[in-house]
Amino acid sequence: MKNWMLGLLLVSVIPACVTINIYFPAAAAEKAADKIIDDVWQLKNGAEKPTVNSNEPAKPVYK
Amino acid sequence: MKKILLSLMLFSTLLMSQFVVAAADLEVNTPAITAVKNSMQSRHGQLAAFYANGAIGLTKDGFIAIKDANAVPLAQRGALTSLVKDENADRANLYKEIAQANGHPEWQAEIQSTFAGRWIDKAQAGWWVQGAGGWVKK
Repeated sequence: MKNWMLGLLLVSVIPACVTINIYFPAAAAEKAADKIIDDVWQLKNGAEKPTVNSNEPAKPVYK
Repeated sequence: MKKILLSLMLFSTLLMSQFVVAAADLEVNTPAITAVKNSMQSRHGQLAAFYANGAIGLTKDGFIAIKDANAVPLAQRGALTSLVKDENADRANLYKEIAQANGHPEWQAEIQSTFAGRWIDKAQAGWWVQGAGGWVKK
């Protein structure tokens, strides 16, 4: 019984270690690439419109 | 029976931990990466016109290349050549720095090919990109 347990433990632990070390996170890499490309090509600036707020007139002062 | 159940729980926990590691974001906020990014961002102002007139295009390996030097007046060609050279040096550096920032220098080639696809996908209409059969206008 104990041998069987040890066997299962080894079978699960060893591939897990190897997988974590060699696995390339393709989805995370795509996400990172998109973020950097958006910054370099400034693709998101138009959508965010950060300048509109700063150009808005100051809030009226209530007397 | 309890032991079997415990083993199964242990096994699924191990599988889950792999999943969590796989789903984590890549580190891209190191000073080195930010510096390369800023350098590329400021150069893009000069490159944009050359993408648009077909003088340069995006290669399938994640770099840029001169596609049609005749689209640029003779006097500007030297400047264009050095712009392309500087941009490609920055790009190579970017791929290397991302791989290193995540503790996996061996990922550089895969990061580069991921970028290659994303640059081309995000390229504006009218820009030239390299497909399997050569230059294609988007």
